[in-house]
Amino acid sequence: MSNLLNISSSPHVRDKSSTRSIMWDVFLALIPAALFGVWNFGYQAAVLIAVCVATCVLTEYIWQKGMKLPLTVSDGSAALTGLLLALNLSSTFPVWMAILGSVFAIIIVKQLFGGLGQNFMNPALGARCFLMVSFAGKMTSFTYDGVTGATPLALIKSGDDSTELLDMFLGTIGGTIGETSTLALLLGAAYLLVRKVITWKIPVCYIATFAVFALLFGGHGFDMTYLAKEICGGGLILGAFFMATDYVTSPITSKGQIIFGILLGILTGVFRIFGASAEGVSYAIIISNLLVPLIEKVTIPVPFGKEGIKDGK
Amino acid sequence: MNSCTERLKNGIITENPTFVMMLGMCPTLAVTSSAINGLGMGLTTTVVLVLSNAFISLLRKVIPDKVRIPGFIVVVASFVTIIQLLLKAFLPFLDSALGVYIPLIVVNCIILGRAEAYASKNPVLPSIFDGLGMGLGFTFGLTCLGICREILGAGAIFGKAFIPEDFHITFFVLAPGAFLVLSFLTAIQNKLKLPSATNVAGDDSLSCGGNCASCTGASCVANKGIVEAERAAEKAAKAQAAKEAAEKAKAAKAAKAAQEAAKKKEE
Repeated sequence: MSNLLNISSSPHVRDKSSTRSIMWDVFLALIPAALFGVWNFGYQAAVLIAVCVATCVLTEYIWQKGMKLPLTVSDGSAALTGLLLALNLSSTFPVWMAILGSVFAIIIVKQLFGGLGQNFMNPALGARCFLMVSFAGKMTSFTYDGVTGATPLALIKSGDDSTELLDMFLGTIGGTIGETSTLALLLGAAYLLVRKVITWKIPVCYIATFAVFALLFGGHGFDMTYLAKEICGGGLILGAFFMATDYVTSPITSKGQIIFGILLGILTGVFRIFGASAEGVSYAIIISNLLVPLIEKVTIPVPFGKEGIKDGK
Repeated sequence: MNSCTERLKNGIITENPTFVMMLGMCPTLAVTSSAINGLGMGLTTTVVLVLSNAFISLLRKVIPDKVRIPGFIVVVASFVTIIQLLLKAFLPFLDSALGVYIPLIVVNCIILGRAEAYASKNPVLPSIFDGLGMGLGFTFGLTCLGICREILGAGAIFGKAFIPEDFHITFFVLAPGAFLVLSFLTAIQNKLKLPSATNVAGDDSLSCGGNCASCTGASCVANKGIVEAERAAEKAAKAQAAKEAAEKAKAAKAAKAAQEAAKKKEE
């Protein structure tokens, strides 16, 4: 009876999801990639993942205690930042640098701007770029099976096509801990799509735009193997499904998400093909993060009944 | 000489151009990648500042008010050119480290600011000390920043390395490190409630307190504009009223005087 007469103000349609459930869903979706990374690179990868997650959570806890802020450690956002950061590091990366990066991610990129929901760029990627700028040598030295070598993406850029596409898809190649296995990442992404944590718009627009860009300007003509390698190699899949879709730093409007995806694709293409480095996903994402407020500003949806009326008057 | 020491203190502490007034941010952020660069830039600016302040003070009665800015720029640019050529000849390493920022001293707002605010209105000796104080304050700020960035980014102080290369955080030598270090130094200042451009007394009539440093949105900019415009209008109205009152009083006085004169005449 009381249900029948229940009157309340909007919203009337509610969802059970919360910040906490979403963060843990993403965390869970990253587990296959993380496990694969540990299997692929050995115990060092596990140590790095544990250290990054622990440091991020601890830093957030200490900061919020010290600043007398409400504790939000249990929502899992700090743990997710730590996991994402670790997946973005090379398995031989020194532990103390990873700790420094985690502290940077939580304090400088996230908490100084007001904490979760206020950070203007993805904390994990902000920290990755900080580490990239600070310790370029360590960040780009990849060891696989005891051999230090260039990533397949860098090999392709220098004209060496010897890496098998299947290896790149399965992930038995060198690279950062979490980026190598396209298969594991796609498993996680499928989980997120089924759970409706992310929508298809940003990743699909991102990858499609990048593919078109690579076909047009990659210098390999209409070579599908090259294209598939470019998509499977590097951090594109990890970035497109798990980092570009971060709720805080991606547009909220539907049109905006499509624009955001296209922008990411173009920037990644420019960085990868015309830039000095073989990789460009992280820089593309943090630059696009900065443009999100502008994208949202120009894509505000028109309220129902206001169509055709200019300036909302 | 009292005003001279006061000028020195004012430049170095009370109105420190880097930390309190936040002027000259372009060289502050760009050239402080090491302590020696910061010190060199600071001292170069000090020399230009002292000389230009002295000259502008000497010429303050000669330069017509309407063309004073071009006049100041000519004076400053002349000194900058002299200094630049001297540096090229005697300290080529500093010249190549500072690069384009030496000619850019011409448009440094501290130099023009001191010329406009002080030297063009005051006698020569205090102007020289004003320039010296401001220059040393600037040097102090730049050297502080340079030392912080060099320790963190290159593990050294004035080129003397004491941290092994593996522990260098290159980030701090590059541009983003400049912003980060400056913002942290300013944050410490704010925490200690020291005066700075971002630590101004609150304005109670604005909901945000008028402290733009803690501002998160742009709406208050409009708000502030409106409040300030209202205040200006109020002030103008008051001034107008005062003027009218004064005029009335004057008229009344004149009338009274006329009456008295007429009375006198009658008598």
